Amino acid sequence: MLRSGDERPLGGFPATRHSALAAIRSGDEEQRRRALDVVAEAYWRPVYSYLRLQWRKPHDEAADLTQEFFTHLLGKDLLSRFDPRRSRLRTFLRSCIDGLVANEHRAQGRLKRGGERHATFDFEEVRAAVERLHSPALSPEERFEQEWARGLFTAALDRLRRDCEREGRAPHFELFEQHELSEGPGRPSYAGLAKRFRISTSDVTNRLAGIRRRLRATVLELLRESTASEAEFRAEARALFGKDPP
Amino acid sequence: MTRLDDAALLRLRDGLGEPDLTGTRYRILGVAGRGGMGTVYEVHDAELERDVALKVLDLEDGAVAARLRQEARILACLEHPGIVPVHEVGTLADGRTFCTMKLVRGERLDRHVARVESLAERLRIFLRIADAVAFAHSRGVLHRDLKPENVMVGSFGEVLVLDWGLAKVRGSPTRPALGIDVGGRPPGATGEGAVLGTPGFMSPEQEQGRSGEMDERADVFSLGAILRALLPDRPPRAALAMAAKATAPRREDRYPDVLSLAADVVRFLDGAAVSAFHEGLLHRALRLARRHRAALGILAAYLIGRGLILLFTRR
Repeated sequence: MLRSGDERPLGGFPATRHSALAAIRSGDEEQRRRALDVVAEAYWRPVYSYLRLQWRKPHDEAADLTQEFFTHLLGKDLLSRFDPRRSRLRTFLRSCIDGLVANEHRAQGRLKRGGERHATFDFEEVRAAVERLHSPALSPEERFEQEWARGLFTAALDRLRRDCEREGRAPHFELFEQHELSEGPGRPSYAGLAKRFRISTSDVTNRLAGIRRRLRATVLELLRESTASEAEFRAEARALFGKDPP
Repeated sequence: MTRLDDAALLRLRDGLGEPDLTGTRYRILGVAGRGGMGTVYEVHDAELERDVALKVLDLEDGAVAARLRQEARILACLEHPGIVPVHEVGTLADGRTFCTMKLVRGERLDRHVARVESLAERLRIFLRIADAVAFAHSRGVLHRDLKPENVMVGSFGEVLVLDWGLAKVRGSPTRPALGIDVGGRPPGATGEGAVLGTPGFMSPEQEQGRSGEMDERADVFSLGAILRALLPDRPPRAALAMAAKATAPRREDRYPDVLSLAADVVRFLDGAAVSAFHEGLLHRALRLARRHRAALGILAAYLIGRGLILLFTRR
């Protein structure tokens, strides 16, 4: 079972670097389950946020539907219908969610009868984040893309934070967090951060650059694990970093 | 869990897409253009205090990185006013390959010619493109992706051929062109069956991946397609014939090289007969009349004057 706050790193999936989707189709149940964990890590937040923001589902219902969605993904072998030559995984998953919502009553019925849950996600924290958002009206495609990007960056930041803590570099991540992720108008200056962290301004520059590099690598690592082909990976990476329209 | 509001998300998406210029002497000023695999930034070189173009891959990729390095090496060997000079090639702290080159301020050929009415002026621009390509051919380099989007017309009228990313050096393993050590295989060599280029401007042999058959005439084809794009809606028949000959499906039917094509264009501009067009008597007379318009005008004025004098003196 996977919780977003678990210490177990999800990276380093065996075999090839983008084996997660291939492994989901394998006959080995354990491999399939672990591969789904990788996909779930990248997608559970966007699925929940999409249900909240696009379908206007209340928290409890959105959380149930998200659980149900990933249970179906494995149990009903939905991903075996995914053809990477025809669409991106992101587009395929969104259409599956829309289908799930359309059959919401039946889906809820199955859940109440006690369908096996694949994973337990930490919805409360995402709930708080979603309810603080004031996102403008977006098309379903734009909404899911936005939430997919937010989910991927969030997962990467969480992974990077754990790595930094393990390496004794928690202050490096904290510095980055204060500079890049601070909310509201204006960001702290390098000089201000240098004073706050009692380091030189050039150290601030170097640490921020180092964390940015690692974050980029982590985002790409997660993306590679949750895309079906090299072409899809490249296309999604370009969209993610604003090089192409989503 | 990390909270990401829309502003922070946008900042991260844009910020992580930008090249990591830590440890370099460059500072990003803006985006100059985007391609299929990379982005060109306008950057400031703090060391030399000038603005240059920095081309960087969007993602690190061994094969594409090798191609970018090769492009830089080829450009470094092609010193010509019509070919953009390269300054530096290397790897950034984030692992991405980059190269810097002269920043060309101007506009793409296709946009520029929309404002140029005169066919003669358009053809003079074409000749400058042909001159740069002919020079590259003389050094054994095929461009292989010539199209209006890859030609820049500068604000002072300079014409530059850009994007040599698909260029191929036609050297043998034992006698490499340009002095580049190609390690047994010429840089840019594409395997039989690989298709690189732009539909509409690619020769049939390039489109069909017959890389072994590709020589200077493949670029002649692309130049012919550019020439056709420069012609007006109702072009002179001789000009159309030049474009048709350059873009003949069989390479044997094309101009043998860029200089032959350029020579025909010069002849056309001079009002002389072009090799691509077999003109009839009437067409020839009209062309000669146009070519010698001034002399014919003087002769006509003289004859009319003489006629009037005769008319009045007889009275």
